[in-house]
Amino acid sequence: MNRVDSRKFKSMSRRELLKLVPVVALGAFAIPKFQKPLLKAGLGFSDWASARLFRKGHLAPTFSDSELTPFDKFPLNTYDVDDPGVDFDKWTLTVVGEVQKPGDYTLAQIQALPKITQNARHVCVEGWDVIGRYGGVRLSDFLNKIGADTTAPFVTVACADDYYESLDMATALHPQTLLCYEMYDRPLTREHGAPLRLNIPTKIGYKQAKYLTDLKVTRVLDRVGYWEDQGYSEFYGL
Amino acid sequence: MSTQAIAIDDPKTGEVTEAVYEHPLIVRLCHWINAIALFVMVGSGLQIFRAFPSFGAKIPQKDLIHWPKAFALGGWLGGALQWHLTFMWIYMASGLVYVGYQLFSGNYKQVLFVPRDIPGMWPMVRHYFFFGPKPPEKEAYNPLQKQAYTSAIGLGVLSVLTGIAIWKPVQFSWLAWMMGGFHIARLLHFLVMWAILAFVFGHLVMVILHGWNNFFSMLTGWKKDPQYLSK
Repeated sequence: MNRVDSRKFKSMSRRELLKLVPVVALGAFAIPKFQKPLLKAGLGFSDWASARLFRKGHLAPTFSDSELTPFDKFPLNTYDVDDPGVDFDKWTLTVVGEVQKPGDYTLAQIQALPKITQNARHVCVEGWDVIGRYGGVRLSDFLNKIGADTTAPFVTVACADDYYESLDMATALHPQTLLCYEMYDRPLTREHGAPLRLNIPTKIGYKQAKYLTDLKVTRVLDRVGYWEDQGYSEFYGL
Repeated sequence: MSTQAIAIDDPKTGEVTEAVYEHPLIVRLCHWINAIALFVMVGSGLQIFRAFPSFGAKIPQKDLIHWPKAFALGGWLGGALQWHLTFMWIYMASGLVYVGYQLFSGNYKQVLFVPRDIPGMWPMVRHYFFFGPKPPEKEAYNPLQKQAYTSAIGLGVLSVLTGIAIWKPVQFSWLAWMMGGFHIARLLHFLVMWAILAFVFGHLVMVILHGWNNFFSMLTGWKKDPQYLSK
């Protein structure tokens, strides 16, 4: 057994204690000036990892009709109004950006694409979840119809109620990502986003914008989304 | 024992004390980093929970408890998610480095609960809870401590797995499915947190009861006069 005198032991102990200095680095999170950029970087890293974890061929679980949440128990999380007063007769989806055929598309033109119906889980960032039935057309089919340049990284949407959202192209092309015009086999009701909303079983709820009015395929994102621009995750893939 | 033991001479009194290097640097670093990360994960997790303090349906919503904002971190749901999704990486990294180091170095042998520790559990329980005689210390951790620390690691793993299941219920749909779906995984994530908090409570009580010498060993690595060493 090695022998040391007590002074030596004290200095040995002190040296060992000092080696814990890296732990103090976490204290940077407590400094107001550093806190915001550090958390932004942390969330950014999570989003980066989320995008890596996304697999374009992997389908979200789907459910049987008996597992559906009843329509009257399907929550509404509207950020300002339940009904932004869309005039259905005049409504079109305005398409701009990196597409060969920009312009105003009517609901009939969209509904002419192959119809998809899916029972999928809707997960809210608040923590609740429901299983809903959605009908619509694949966003990928619509992007194909408008001649979108799918090498552009983003698809953005704007809504009748000033809400806005953006999607990464991989998610936009996912086979379960729908331009949704039906819920529970009936035309969308106004409070659920009539006449057209997004249904994206691979994304968190706030990505699934309602009352769509504009769609853009773009290489630059000047704004990300209504909640994202207030500090929520930009990617939030499930 | 693979741990390093020394004898300390006090030139003034002529006394000799023994000391053992019980906690390697990586273990100490991981312990404190994980402790901070756990604090942030629990605090921000409770703030996230406040957004929907229920495990039932959204309509009608029956709140389980109204968790006070003073005992939560992040201020609002978005802020809490920033903390949670940042510190989960630190929490996981410190856990992985710890487990990896323990396995690689063989240091796990002093703390991993194994079947031969079972017979020694009852005498410890009798000592702690029923004023029984203190069983002789044979190694750094007694069977009950090993059981507690090994369970804590298991709970840490479960907290990560249930967390992945609710963060990525699509990409890790098999994990969420194994837990009974997103909805139940969220409940399990919450329950695992309380189990970890129960461990932390017991751990802190024992740390206070065992005093400074024992506490300092997690800072410097050295524990003076360990009873299991003296013959």
